[in-house]
Order: sequence, then C-alpha cells, then structure tokens
Amino acid sequence: MSPMNLRQRFYLVEVLTGLWLTAAHFFRNMGRHTARAFGRKGTSGAVTIQYPEERRPYSPRLRSLHRLVRREDGSPRCVACMMCETVCPAHCIYIVADEHPNPEIEKVPRRFDIDLGKCVFCGYCVEACPEDAIRMDTGILEFSSYSRGGMIYSKDMLLSFEPADASGRPRSPIPLPADRRA
Amino acid sequence: MPKLTVNGKGVEVPAGTNLIEAARTVGVEVPHYCYHPGLSIAGQCRLCMVDIEKTPRPSIACNTVAADGMVVQTETERVRETRKSMMEFHLINHPLDCPVCDQAGECWLQIYYMKHGLYDPRMKDEKVHKPKAVPLGPHVILDAERCILCSRCVRFCDEITHTGELGIFERGDHSEIGLFPGRELDNKYSANVVDICPVGALTDRDFRFQVRVWYLDTAKSICPGCARGCNIEVHVNRRRPHHAEGRRVARLKPRFNAEVNKWWLCDAGRYGFGFVDAAERLLMPARRQGGTSTEATWDEAIAAVAGALRRLTPDQMGIIASPKMSNEDLFALRRLIDLCGVRHVAGQVPPRVPGDEDDFLIRADKNPNSRGAELLGLGGDARTVIEAAGRRRLKLLWIFGHDLLASALPEPDVLEALRVVDTVVFTGSNANWTSAHSHWVLPAAAWVEREGTYTSFEGRVQRFRQAIEPLGQSLAEWEIVTRILAPLGEAPSATRAEHWFRQLAASVPAFAGLSYQLIGDSGRPLAEAART
Repeated sequence: MSPMNLRQRFYLVEVLTGLWLTAAHFFRNMGRHTARAFGRKGTSGAVTIQYPEERRPYSPRLRSLHRLVRREDGSPRCVACMMCETVCPAHCIYIVADEHPNPEIEKVPRRFDIDLGKCVFCGYCVEACPEDAIRMDTGILEFSSYSRGGMIYSKDMLLSFEPADASGRPRSPIPLPADRRA
Repeated sequence: MPKLTVNGKGVEVPAGTNLIEAARTVGVEVPHYCYHPGLSIAGQCRLCMVDIEKTPRPSIACNTVAADGMVVQTETERVRETRKSMMEFHLINHPLDCPVCDQAGECWLQIYYMKHGLYDPRMKDEKVHKPKAVPLGPHVILDAERCILCSRCVRFCDEITHTGELGIFERGDHSEIGLFPGRELDNKYSANVVDICPVGALTDRDFRFQVRVWYLDTAKSICPGCARGCNIEVHVNRRRPHHAEGRRVARLKPRFNAEVNKWWLCDAGRYGFGFVDAAERLLMPARRQGGTSTEATWDEAIAAVAGALRRLTPDQMGIIASPKMSNEDLFALRRLIDLCGVRHVAGQVPPRVPGDEDDFLIRADKNPNSRGAELLGLGGDARTVIEAAGRRRLKLLWIFGHDLLASALPEPDVLEALRVVDTVVFTGSNANWTSAHSHWVLPAAAWVEREGTYTSFEGRVQRFRQAIEPLGQSLAEWEIVTRILAPLGEAPSATRAEHWFRQLAASVPAFAGLSYQLIGDSGRPLAEAART
C-alpha cells in the first residue's frame, strides 16, 4: 500500500469528507420525499422496509428453507434414492434408507436430516429429486440457533412445513430449534 | 488357430473361441447381457450383434465361433441400429425407476442405454407388472419387473452349483424368473447370481439399501475364509459414515482369477466380514490385573512383553501363532522366536466343529494361511503348548487370534493353562474368551485394514491390500512384533509389510524369487509348487 499523503494524514479533511457524504444522502432523500409528498412524480427517495413486520417482495424462484413433500397419507414422497445427498456440494443431507412395506414404493427414508449450518442453498437437491419430494418453497428465511445441533432439521420437521402462500409469505410458523424454545 | 479381423485389427485366437472373446483380445467390447464366459451360451439377449463379411444380416457374436479369414465389424451403422432396437425391446417392460433400484450405478441396462440406446420411448401401453421384492433365499431378493430374462442365474444354478432351483415361468412378455415349487435359493454359492445379474432383478439382501454403490471405494484382496484363497474385491464406504450404521466394509465381491476361483465366491466367504466392524473389536492395548482390565499405551504393553521375553529362559515361553496371520506376520514372529529361542511353539488350534468342504471352492481348513504357517514351522498343534503350560513349565504364553476356549482343546486344560501361566498375552482383532483371560491384550488390525500375503493350500502366494484405516490403535501383527523386536536388540528394519516379505523371500527357500511386484494382482505359486 502506498504511504498516505499529507491530506490523508491530516485526519480532519477525511472526516469532513465522510460526514459530507452522509449529510448529502440525508438532504437529497429528504428533498425527494418532501417533493413526493407535494405530489411530484418521477423521483423516489431511499426506502426503509420495517422488517420483520414488512417484507420486501420476493422472487417466486427464491430458495428458502427446505421441506419434504408428503403423499396423501402424510408419509414422505421421498424414496431415499440419495440423489440429493449425492449431488449436494456441501454434504449437508443425511439419509438412511429403509424397506417400504409396499413393494411398489420399495424404499423410504428412515432418517432424513439436513444440516442447515452447512447448506449453501444452491437448490441442487430440488433439481436432482426424481420424485419432486424436496422443495425449497416454504418462504421461511429465518432460522437460527445457539448451537450447531440446533441447525440440523430432522425428517419430521421437514415434513411439517407448508409451501409459502402466493405472495411468498410462509404459511408454517418459523421453526424454533430446541435450544431456542423458552 | 483361426486368424480373423475385428474392426480392421488382425487377431489369432484358439480354435473354438467365440467372437465376443476374440474381440476382447483386441480391446473391442461387444455389448451383451446373457453371455457369461463361465456359463453355457444362451443367445437370449440378442444384443451382441456384429456384422460378419459375406453374411446377409448381423449375427450374434456369443454363439459364432471365430473362423479363419473372418472379417468382423462391431461398429457399423447397421449393428448400431440393431443394438438400439434390442435395447428398446429390453426396456419395454422395464420399470425405469433407476434412482430407487439398488443396482443403479453398476447396471448394464443403464450403461448400454447411455452408450447404445438413447432413443425416445415409443411404448404407449401400460407396462406388464410382475412380483417385486420377492425373497428367493437367505441372501437373494428378486424384482421380476426389472429382469430382462437373460437366464444367467438359471444357468448358474444348473451348471455351476448343479442345484437347479431357478427357472423361467409363464410365456411371452409375462415370462418371469422364479423358484421351482418348494425350492429355495439356499445353495452355498447362491449370492453369485447377484453378481452375474446384469440388471437390478437380483439384489443382495445383506447389501440392499445400505449404501449407494457410487459411494464405495474398492481394494483388491483375498478372502480369509478358508485355505482356498479366493480373490476378492473389498468394497468399503468411507465417504458417508451415516450409511449402513457406520459399518465400513459394505460387501465383498469375487475378483476373477483363472487359477483359483474364476468368477465365483462362496456365501460363507462373501458374508464373513462382519467381525471387522463388530462391537467386539479390540481398540486399545489393555492390561488385566486382579479381574479388572485397564487401558494401557502401546509403549507400556511393548515394554512389558519385551521385558518378559528378555527375562525368561527359552523353556519358560510359549507362543501359539495363527494360520490366519499373513506370511509377513508369521515371518516376523519366526524372527522373534529364533531370537529368544522360544521352545514351545505352535500354530494350529483344532476347531470344535470340523469345517465343511465341497469339490468346488470351499475347503475344510478355515484358515487362509495354513500352508504359509507350515512352511515357517508354525503349523504345530497347540495341544503341546497347552500341556507344557499345564505342567507349570511356562511363565509366558502369547496367543495370536485363537479362542482356545471355543476350540476342540479340552476346556479344563485350557482354563488351567491360562490360570497358572504368569503372563498371558493375547494379540487379535476381536475380543473373545481367551482375550478376557489374558493379562495383556494387544489389538491387531483386521485383514482389510493392512497389507500382506496369504499362501493358499495349493501353494499360491497372493496379496491382499489395505482398504480402510485400522480401527482405534490396532496395528498389524507384523508391526506389533517389529516393535517388540526393537528393545530385544533387533533394530526395526521393517516399516512396511513388504520389507518383511523381502526378508522372507531371501531366507526361506520356498518363497525364493517372489516379490510383491511378481505376485501382483493374481498371485504366484511358491517356488516349490512351481517345480512340481
């Protein structure tokens, strides 16, 4: 890095430049919002969304928390073929297969865990699934935990999620991992 | 010897060779399902069509014997079109549920569809439905819908095992493989039908749904189940430890060796790997004092055993080696026995129930290296050592692997011997009654966790390779012996099993001239066996 010149070393000039930048944005936005309030069109000021009460519109292609699709009887549609587990670049899916009582279905996951602490939300699992059994359309974006273990979502949790509504808002309650429940 | 041309390459093959094998010698693969070099020719799948000059239409390569002057083309437009049509026939009633099928990844329908099929399906009718997930016997399960009726399994049971449990029933597209009434696919070689099934119709009940095949790594190995020394491939799952309940060895598959087992493997050998990931594995050196066992470090254990070996007179020490140990282990142990002059030495412990034997592969001697142990003078009967111990002559008794209390040796004699000897040392991979009665337990690596060689009963020296890491702190027997030789004044010169084998080849005439390079993948007969 080249050494600082005199102007840069003279601290005050840089501080004032910074303050000027902030103030310029403040006054410009204030002017625009005031102009809009008086009916002027064409200009728009910066917008603050009051998250989490307000949510910005999300793309219908948004990849949110995974869910496992259910059959009509509530059992998972998944046949434990391990395509998602194989394709997952983060190795965050853990499936253990079991024999299904119906030989037409043949295979069923005994365990289906996703470690969201590792997941990179690439959506390859959804692409790879031959049964359309895993989707990332719950609209749930908020899941946090105080421990790594809390980031592991089991088969039963993943099966309980509903798809998001038409506006992209989650219909299932945001899941609380065990270590965050009061 | 007929000379013919395959795809423009001249080749001379023995009389009677068919065109699939003739093409193989010049590196040309003719796709096929029903043909298997170990079975009779059925000509059922019609996939191996090739063009022969001056014949009006493509012919099946499996049932055409190579003739002098034949000009064979395997990749003409007409042949490719025929193959594609045959693939379409085979897949008319195939469910095409590859992701669920356990064969996916090693299925010849998948492979040939990607290589030679790639058509758009034209069938509009409902596929014929057949029985699914039907257990045929203790090891094999059938999915008749996935079957392409190549009849390899039927021919195997007719021609190799001569048991004839399987047949093809019904007619036309309702044909299906099945058992004859009242029969069960329970012969001693039944799981070979899973290997030769080119599709997912016959799958292994033990392996089914445990691990996807693309997660497996393989290593060339030798079956330790009996003195035959069948060549095998060990398939291990190292990438997804949550599969198969953490068992690392997923399955054993036969590996072709024309001189030993051809394509086959008996069921006892195939499913005999359970001990590798068993809960009884010994993981740490341990010391037992006054009925309680405590973990120890290798340094402590080696100092204790080496101290006893140095302190005692040759007549006070006894060693029972095992014909389950490799040639390298036994030679290292021989070096230690000679160095200390150990007087009471044995290797064979008679089994309580004599092993079964047949005229195909299975041998009554259930040890993989009895011949090697005999050649190294470690083939003696353990009875003499136990008797010497019972007469209170021994202060140290070192037992390798054997469970003396589960053998034909009289139990009171064994218990008495284990009671009166001051220091009983046990070296083995799994805990047993004998290890529970030992003062020192030194954990040994299982055969898939290390390198080595076995000498089969026919005198064939064959290599097995490491497939997985040793469990816990276990070490190969040769390494344990090498570490004990060091404080006894023998500088450790061996850091690999191969180093011991080199010394073995240099000093034991029967092994003269052999090396790991020469043994290679298919083994070599001993010098003396080669002469006779």
